Formats: sequence, structure tokens, C-alpha cells
Amino acid sequence: MPKLKSTLELEELRKGIVSRRDPNRLCFTVCSGTACLAVGSQKTYAVFEAELERQGVKDRVDLRATGCPGFCERGPIVVVYPQAVCYLHVQPDDVAEIVSQSIDGQIVERLLYVDPVTGEKIAYEPDVPFYKYQNRLILGNNRLIDATKIEDYIALGGYKALSKALFDMTPEQVMAEIEKASLRGRGGGGFSTARKWRSTRDAPGEPKYVIVNCDEGDPGAFMNRALMEGNPHSVLEGLTIGAYAIGSHEGFIYVRQEYPLAAENIAIAIKQAEDYGLLGKNILGSGFDFIVKVHKGAGAFVSGESSALMNAIEGKVGEPRPKYIHTAEKGIWDKPSCLNNVETWADVPFIINNGADWFTSIGTERSRGTKIFSLVGKVNNTGLVEVPLGTPLRDIIYRIGGGVSGNKKFKAVQTGGPSGGCIPEQYLDSPVDFDELIKLGAMMGSGGMIVTDEDTCMVDFAKYFIHFLSEESCGKCVPCREGINHMLDVLTRITEGEGQAADIQLMEDLAGMLKEASLCALGQTAANPVLTTLRYFRDEYDAHIYEKRCPAGVCKALLAFYVDPDKCQACLICARNCPVNAISGGKNLVHVIDQSKCIKCGTCLEVCPPRFGAIKKTSGKPVPAPIPEQARVIQRKG
Amino acid sequence: MVTDNSEVNVKKINHILAQYKGESNLLIQVLLELQKELRWLPKEGLIRISQELNVPLRQVYHAVTFYKAFSLVPKGKYTVTVCMGTACHVRGAPRILDRVERTLGINPGETTPDLKFSLETVNCLGCCAIGPVMVVGDVYHGKLSLDHVKLTLDSYD
Repeated sequence: MPKLKSTLELEELRKGIVSRRDPNRLCFTVCSGTACLAVGSQKTYAVFEAELERQGVKDRVDLRATGCPGFCERGPIVVVYPQAVCYLHVQPDDVAEIVSQSIDGQIVERLLYVDPVTGEKIAYEPDVPFYKYQNRLILGNNRLIDATKIEDYIALGGYKALSKALFDMTPEQVMAEIEKASLRGRGGGGFSTARKWRSTRDAPGEPKYVIVNCDEGDPGAFMNRALMEGNPHSVLEGLTIGAYAIGSHEGFIYVRQEYPLAAENIAIAIKQAEDYGLLGKNILGSGFDFIVKVHKGAGAFVSGESSALMNAIEGKVGEPRPKYIHTAEKGIWDKPSCLNNVETWADVPFIINNGADWFTSIGTERSRGTKIFSLVGKVNNTGLVEVPLGTPLRDIIYRIGGGVSGNKKFKAVQTGGPSGGCIPEQYLDSPVDFDELIKLGAMMGSGGMIVTDEDTCMVDFAKYFIHFLSEESCGKCVPCREGINHMLDVLTRITEGEGQAADIQLMEDLAGMLKEASLCALGQTAANPVLTTLRYFRDEYDAHIYEKRCPAGVCKALLAFYVDPDKCQACLICARNCPVNAISGGKNLVHVIDQSKCIKCGTCLEVCPPRFGAIKKTSGKPVPAPIPEQARVIQRKG
Repeated sequence: MVTDNSEVNVKKINHILAQYKGESNLLIQVLLELQKELRWLPKEGLIRISQELNVPLRQVYHAVTFYKAFSLVPKGKYTVTVCMGTACHVRGAPRILDRVERTLGINPGETTPDLKFSLETVNCLGCCAIGPVMVVGDVYHGKLSLDHVKLTLDSYD
């Protein structure tokens, strides 16, 4: 295809694509994000293809594999345009009906969203509460485009911001616009994007590099993946605009190894942009050159740290280095390098297109724009949620997330990944932005939001993060390597019932040391999960230490399982499922768990029929003595 | 380091190296390709990479042992990956992992003696909605319950 040589040619291409598309034409979209693929959306898509052929309507309707719309809980998701009828949990068997009904202008009622409160069925995507209360600026286009087709992105106004920047603005004007928009980094630190750009531009040394950080390592967070998989051109466009402002001609996209689809889609996007002359030499005939390369990670959390990531791009091991000199001045190969998160780059085209004033009208005074959160854990509507910064936690978890799953009681929401903290119920009305959550001892971080309920043990939860960090610490600096391990020892001791009164003070001392002496943010913030759980859930620590009891019933060493003789119906299900044959009993013989054999895996509790509910879990109390042998025989009536 | 001089492997190594002539900054990318192709990294491969990319073998070894994606021993036919992300953790992933370990008789990082299964853990697969999740080969098994672990693993041959 011929390369585009001017803004005019880009606009003509766009007009051509749009004119060939009938906005009223029926279009079936199938989500092809990782979560939907995991539940079989690829098969659903294949069945759609076959079904359109079979019903002989292939030429009259469109079929599109799109990016993730965010409602992962209900995948595979199919949306039928132009009306945007939203079908959930679509199985291959449902496809024929969806096709034939849609062609007749009908709706398949049984696959619609049902409001859990009113029982009312909701047909149209924008009316589903999960979507209704969001403001999906960045994520919204995911559901409208096929990530492997640049034409889809161009049809929606793609690369308009790039041509505006290149032809109507000087690099300084682009910089000033971003500055005026008060854009702050979406990766966690919340550092001013414009200041970062400016330092890189003003630092001596050529060439300069720009980098997309898609090493999204926080467990429970997948916002960046969804964008990279679903709308890679938006990131690419933002990166190119940034490169223009900074004066860089070479960029890198660093994708973590666990995201193969993201790496694949961004590579396709780069190739297509190059073919159209939107990347490479003399972009759109402006004289500006810019190339982009993709680098894949190989599985190391610490490599998401900026200096570590730059080492990895050089082909070295991705370990961090001291930052006496900022990477903006000496980054990749000691040249000025500007690294931003995926979402930060994706914000750029919006700001250039709509202006800084528009952007600052969204969000709060010090945190402008929207932010995508990954709402996961014990919540009804797991998925990706994009809201203006400053939205209260309660709105995100309850109005959009539909509240805690399984009718359980909310305990805390953990934000900010392993460097973040747990926020208890009394602070649920706090607005979520860069600064507010820090006041609560947590942080917004890159946007992970994990909901926990009464069944989550906060000591075990803190141990989970410390264990994670102990494995991911690169070991280069002693405070982090030894400090985190020491803390893990103490937490393990507590969860195993060996905790001592002095352990709390010991952990607080370790936390202070980690913060002061660690080389990079991994160690500096490692203690946060412990500090916030100590701050808000001290009673749980005390129960473990003083009463040898785990209130949530999670810490194995402090648990015991036994059979309630009054409820046991001697059905043998638990005995058959016990992996260590610790349950004795027979037909009409009440079952007994041999405590010396029991490994406390909880299988018996899980398999005991709910109508019996005979397996009991206890913590901090001795197991009742088994009933006498003769009393074990069940006398059944009739 | 384990060695494997089979002709097929040597061929695959040569084929991959041919695409990355002497670019030392692509070390990790080359290692990833080879790992993907062979599912492990034999000693010969590392030596050849060191020579071709002009990177000291010490540095190659450093990278291989630093990152989780690489293995210096042969892997089983199916890799069983249990997600240990935060969302899966609060939905009971540790108990799932326990059960998988018990069923296969191996710990994470190990391979069954019959070379059928290798067990790995991962920090997050990003499909939290279907947690707890276990991936066998490239098939995702979501919303796993304890009693389904064995059934699922038994279905592979």
C-alpha cells in the first residue's frame, strides 16, 4: 500500500474507510481478550463464522473479533451493533439463535444481563450498570475495533492527533499542552509526565529514547494488557507524539512475557503503521522519523522498574541500578530515555485532539483525567473499570462492581499492587486519586484493586505479598534481599501459631529499614502491605499471636476440621474425597476425622452436601472429643 | 547444565541464531525463542548463543538463572501452570496448588519422572474473573474447585 504523505492523504483514507462502512449495518462483535479467550471465545467466533455462512447472510452483516470491553466476569461477551445489544456468557450453541434473531430485529432475552436487585433484563450495553457508571475514554474503543486492523482505528479518528501535532504544533507546543493537562504517570508513581518529557528533551546526549512500559507485573492487574491487546495503535500514536515532543527517533515497547497476545498485536500494529507511513522515515511527509521495536520480558517483576527495564532492553539482566542520575538523563546505553506506562501514552492522543482544558475538566484538582482499574477478587463484576479520578471507592466496588460476591461481608480493598495497602470499610467513601489513597497508607499504583471479604485472613494476605516480594527481589541490595526475607520469616511464624509479642515491633523496625535503605522502589515500598494491615487489622495479628487463632479460618496450622455427629448422615462423600484417607466411617456410621492424619486441605468441607453441613472448621479451640464408638451408628426411621 | 547434542536441536539452534546475527542486546529475545522452541535450554545452545552474540557465557548464564521463563532442564509434555495472583490467592489458589502438588507428586519447578507434566506457578495471568485458574499446556481451566483438579489432570494423556 502507498505510504501516506500528508494530513490530507490520511483524511482521504479515513473518509474512504468510513464511506465504505454503513453505520446501520448489523455487526456482531466477539471479545477476544485473554480472559474471554480463556473461556472459549475463539470457538464462539468460529461458530459465528460458520453460522453466518450457513444462514447465507455473510455478505449482509459484519463479524469482528474485538478487544476487551472489560466485563470479564461474564465472558465470552458478544455485542450486536448498531443497537449495541449485549449478550453475556455466550456459548457456541447460542450463536445460531443470536444470528437469526438479530437479523429479524429481535433480541435473545435469555442471554441478557439481569439486574440482581430488580430482576429486570437489560438489553443495551450502555444501560448495563457495570458500564453505565464508567467513563470509558481510553478503554471504550476496545470494543469497537479489531486490534489487528489499523483501518478500524483510523475510522474512529486514529492518528488525527499525530498529524495535528506534526503539522499544527511545534514540539514545545505539544509539551506545553501535556503540561497544561497536568497529566501524571499512570504506572504508579504519579510523576508529572510533562516534567519527565522535558528533562529527557533537555538532557545532553543523542540519540534519545522513548519507552512504553508494559511490564505489568502487579498480580491482579491487567489494564495495560487489555489496552495493548485491544487498541495497540492508541499507545503507538501517543508514543510517536511523545517522541516528536522530546526529539526522539527511536522507541521501545517492553512487554512482559506472560502477555503473548499483547506482544503479537503490538507487533502487527507497528508493521501496519509502517506500511501506511505513520511510523518510520518521514512520517506523513512531515520530515519526522521514528521507529519502534518490541522487547519481550522473561518473567521478572523487578524488571518493570525503570532502570531495570532499561538494562533489560540493553540485553542485560533486568536489575535496577541506583538512580543518583535519573534515567531521563542517562537511561538506555546512558542516553536520555523517557519511560511511561501504557495508559499514560494512550492518554496523549486524547489530550492533543481535545485540548488540555477538556482533559482537566475530568477528575480532581491534582489528579486529572480518567484511570482504568482492574477490579478483582471477591467482587461480583470482576473486570476493568474506567472512571474519572476522584471517584469514591464505594462507587467502584458497589455501583459498578456489584458488591461483594457470595453474600459475604466486605473486609478490605487492596490497592496499588505489592507496594500498596489495604483499605478497610470505614474509608470506602474516599475518592480514588494519586494523593488521597497515600494518606490512608495505601496508594493508587497502576490500578489494581483486589476486594477481600470476611474469609480473607489479613495476616495471610500480608504474608502473600511479602512472599511475592521475597521471590521477586533481585537480591542486588542487602536491605531488600535480607529484610524482606526476615519479614517473611516473622509472618510465617505468626501464621503458624509461633508468633511472639515482640514480633509487631520487629516488623515495624524492619519496615523502617527497608524504606530508608533499599536501592529501588520494590524494597522501599515492600513493607506497605504489612504496615496497612497492622494499622487497620491489628486485632487479627493479636488473635494469631496471643490466642493462636485465625479469625478468618485461613491459616492452616491454626485450623482443625471435625465432623458434627448430630449432622453427619454417613454418606461417605467426604471419606471418599479425603486425599489422605483421614476420615473413617461407613454406611450408617458417623464419620470421624483422624486429627493426626488430617492435612487441613478443606476438601471435606467443600464436598459435604450443604443440606447436611456436617463438617465444621474451627480455630483457636480444641476439637470436640469423638463420640463413643457405640453412639456412631445412625438409626434411620423406616 | 544439561547437555543435548541431538541433531534436531542443533538445527533448531542454528535456525534461531541465524535471525539474530551478533546483536548482543537481543540476548534475552534469542533465549526466549530457543526456550519456546525446545521448552528448555541445553548447554550447547547457551554456548552457541554466547559465541554468536559475542556475550560472555557467564552473562548468558546470569540471564538464564535470573528470569523465570527459562529452564536448564528438559520439561514435561504438558506444563501445568497454577496462577498465584492476588485475585486467585483470595479465591483459594494456595489450596489448589497444594492439591496439584499432591496429585502429581512434584513441587513447582519440577517435572514428573515420566516427563509428562511440569509444574509451574505464575504471579498473574490477568484473567482474574475466572480465578482460581490452572493452565495445562495452553488450555485454561478456570473457576477450579479442589475436587476438579485430579479429574482435570487425569484427562491428559
